Amino acid sequence: MEHLRFKSKSRWREFAGEKLISISAFTALLSILLIFVFVFKEAIPIFVDDYIKEDASLDKMLCQQEFYEGREAKWSWQPNSEVPKFSLLPLFIGTLKAALVAMLFAIPLGVGAAIYSSEFASRRMGEIIKPAIETFAAIPSVVLGFFALMVLSSFLQQVMGLTFRLNAMNAGIALGLAIVPIIFTVAEDAMTSVPGSLRDAAIALGATPWQVSLTTVLPAAMPGIFAGIVLGFGRAVGETMIVLMASGNAAIISISVADSVRTFSATIAAELGEVVFGDTHYHVLFLIGLLLFIFTFVVNLGGDIVLTRLKERLQGRTT
Amino acid sequence: MLVRNNTNNVRIQSVEAPATGGMEPAEQHKMLVEDLDFFYGEVQVLFDISLLIRLNRVTALIGPSGCGKSTFLRTLNRMNETIPGTRMSGKVLLDGHNIYEDFDDPSSIRTRVGMVFQQSNPFPKSIFDNVAYGLCVNGIKDKRLIRDVVEWSLQQAALWDEVRGKLDNSAFTLSGGQQQRLCIARALAIRPEVILMDEPASALDPVSTAKIEDLIGELRKQYTIVIVTHNMQQAARVSDYTAFFYEGKLIEAGQTKQIFTRPQMKKTEDYVTGRFG
Amino acid sequence: MSCMAQQTYVSSRAAVPNLEFRPKGRGIVPRGLTFAAVLIILLMLAIIMGNILVGGMGTISWEFLTHPPEQGMKAGGVFPAIFGTVALVILMVIAVVPIGVFTAIYLQEYTSPTSWTTRLIRVAINNLAGVPSIVFGLFGLGFFIAFVGGGIDTLFFPEEGPVWGQPAIIWASLTLALLTLPVVIVSTEEALRTIPRELREGSYALGGTRLQTIWRIIIPQALPGILTGSILAVSRGAGEVAPIMFTGAAYYLPYLPGKLNDQFMELGYHIYIMATQSPDIEATKPILYGTVLVLLLLTFSLNSVAILIRSRMRRSRVGAQ
Repeated sequence: MEHLRFKSKSRWREFAGEKLISISAFTALLSILLIFVFVFKEAIPIFVDDYIKEDASLDKMLCQQEFYEGREAKWSWQPNSEVPKFSLLPLFIGTLKAALVAMLFAIPLGVGAAIYSSEFASRRMGEIIKPAIETFAAIPSVVLGFFALMVLSSFLQQVMGLTFRLNAMNAGIALGLAIVPIIFTVAEDAMTSVPGSLRDAAIALGATPWQVSLTTVLPAAMPGIFAGIVLGFGRAVGETMIVLMASGNAAIISISVADSVRTFSATIAAELGEVVFGDTHYHVLFLIGLLLFIFTFVVNLGGDIVLTRLKERLQGRTT
Repeated sequence: MLVRNNTNNVRIQSVEAPATGGMEPAEQHKMLVEDLDFFYGEVQVLFDISLLIRLNRVTALIGPSGCGKSTFLRTLNRMNETIPGTRMSGKVLLDGHNIYEDFDDPSSIRTRVGMVFQQSNPFPKSIFDNVAYGLCVNGIKDKRLIRDVVEWSLQQAALWDEVRGKLDNSAFTLSGGQQQRLCIARALAIRPEVILMDEPASALDPVSTAKIEDLIGELRKQYTIVIVTHNMQQAARVSDYTAFFYEGKLIEAGQTKQIFTRPQMKKTEDYVTGRFG
Repeated sequence: MSCMAQQTYVSSRAAVPNLEFRPKGRGIVPRGLTFAAVLIILLMLAIIMGNILVGGMGTISWEFLTHPPEQGMKAGGVFPAIFGTVALVILMVIAVVPIGVFTAIYLQEYTSPTSWTTRLIRVAINNLAGVPSIVFGLFGLGFFIAFVGGGIDTLFFPEEGPVWGQPAIIWASLTLALLTLPVVIVSTEEALRTIPRELREGSYALGGTRLQTIWRIIIPQALPGILTGSILAVSRGAGEVAPIMFTGAAYYLPYLPGKLNDQFMELGYHIYIMATQSPDIEATKPILYGTVLVLLLLTFSLNSVAILIRSRMRRSRVGAQ
């Protein structure tokens, strides 16, 4: 029998390969840090640069201003006017209005459909619902924005007799369509991971199937459903193309959903292309981006923690 | 106790020991199972089971793992129906009524035939809400009544002294043995006539097991109990009657003393003497 | 002893008033309400798809797919936008797939799920998936164009105008790569989790190193998952507009992008521009609908393929057990 002689393995190649893998693994972490650093970097001058502070100090961005002598003081966002006005309040109200309409629309639909799919749906019905939701999730937001702009807006205007075709309600409903899949997926996942032993316990105590769902599964999965709603809200606040196309983009202060709104995200999208690199307006837009980033970061972290805890608790119980 | 012979449906074999059992002849039966077959999909797991369950007595179901004893237990309160892809034939009578035909709502049977599971499975709610759950889903709204019944159930399950004053704590704060007794209290709260127990002590330590067995000893006075166990000493300790299952068939049933001392069938003898299992 | 106590309790049973259970409802209301939610979702989906299908069907033709726009978008086709989109996602895939796969391998093969590095990376991935797409756009502008591109320009092309420090297809695709990174990682991880331990141990037992095991055993086994992740990433990337608005997409270009630092036209951006900036919306409407339909068909066909591969993968896993 011949003696086999194995080639000794290349130490160097092994080393380089392993390093490549571990370095790649930190890309995601590095990206998050870089996103924060670079958006923060461009927002910083607002707090330190005296020239920029003249038009966009914290006071001017947050408080009522008397822009012209003798005229009524107000909050306005008019970055390109002769006297640039950078009040964030109209944008804040606009963002909140659109997001709240979206939540009002999406929570009942998303949670309701999730309950039906997890608890009541026959196998055949389930095979229709899940792909339909996946399809919904796959629609690019620019397409939803397009639909809201061309079809939904005219429909709403005719049915409700609105003055403005593009308004908070129109944008909010389209936004709601975009977040239904998020709420559905997270909520459904939470409900299906409720262990069967809990369902058995409830059934054995004489609960009917729908009682099992509403009194046992739903309360047990509640943190997950809540997390889904919070994640959906985060997405609604950050979503750009839909509101940019469907909201009308008027930066006004009003509480009516029939009025046009301008959101934080849409403001960045609409104005960044036209700003002069490095001037006040440019930095304010990055400040808005920073606010969006921090907000969604907190929301996602919170949702994440709730979901991990819930999974641990529910799965710890099954073993 | 009656067992219908597998091969001959006409001949009904009485396995009740006549003189030495010490049982009054007037003993009544609570449930009667006749000709029960059960299938998971195409696989038959129970074959032509007929068994009589005595009123206010403990009936133990023994046999090696996979012999069908747990499946059989679940047919007694229609819990088997919650598993998709199963089907059954035969009759299960509760006080003479077929639970599969004479009741529109399967959940109403489960208020009369309660169940305790192998793994304690309290709801992620407070101790109080766990016990009150069965009352709430069955339409009891009177707060005072619910409070009384919760206290009574916890007393019956010998848990009251350990949890009084902390009824609002989460059920998960209890130890494993306490959780299982909580599950028994929860089952008792809806005042079932029959209690099914699926290896209620198999996940517990010896001390907790002893407590559960004591409890069964107390409860037998008021309830008809059917208990699945693969601990033969336990069966001998707690039960009045024993039924031995093997490979989906009911091999032999009778008074516990007789099954363990003078089994009629070779298989039973092999099992109770520990030759397999 | 508690035994005594128990006995008194048992005998006190009669003292407890009898329970009278009420018959239960059939749950028509919860069933009906939740089913209504499902119906509304299905209906909305049908309306959106139907509207776009009907509106766009008439426009799509070979001409439309292969010709550039004419007469200020009122005629002609969308070929440059299709070309730009495809080029964009190809560059994106080249960047995102290796990084995503390596990250997944690192998380599954190199570290324990409880170690703090793993947790930190996982938190980063989850958060990356939640960063608003417009913030990616800002980041692309601030980091890739101003910092990286601008840096290259000051180092190598100090005499000329901006060469790399300007919106370009490379910066847009890298921005999108970061945005779709979580998609690839999650999908690959799912595939890695299905690979049985024995397979790894078999390779180690024969003297394979960890890298050899990964390269020859694990990656081939995880290929369907990697493929699924890549396709989903492409589908997601092809539909995103906000991140590329400032990093490279152009409203109209008379030429196709040929170099990495060229700008490009893109389907989603094209839709946005036509829908919001057109002076004569009625005249552009057919073209607009046609473009939307092309984008939808592109993303949906990619998604269907991904779902198909994934369900096959899951089925084979069930079969193996």
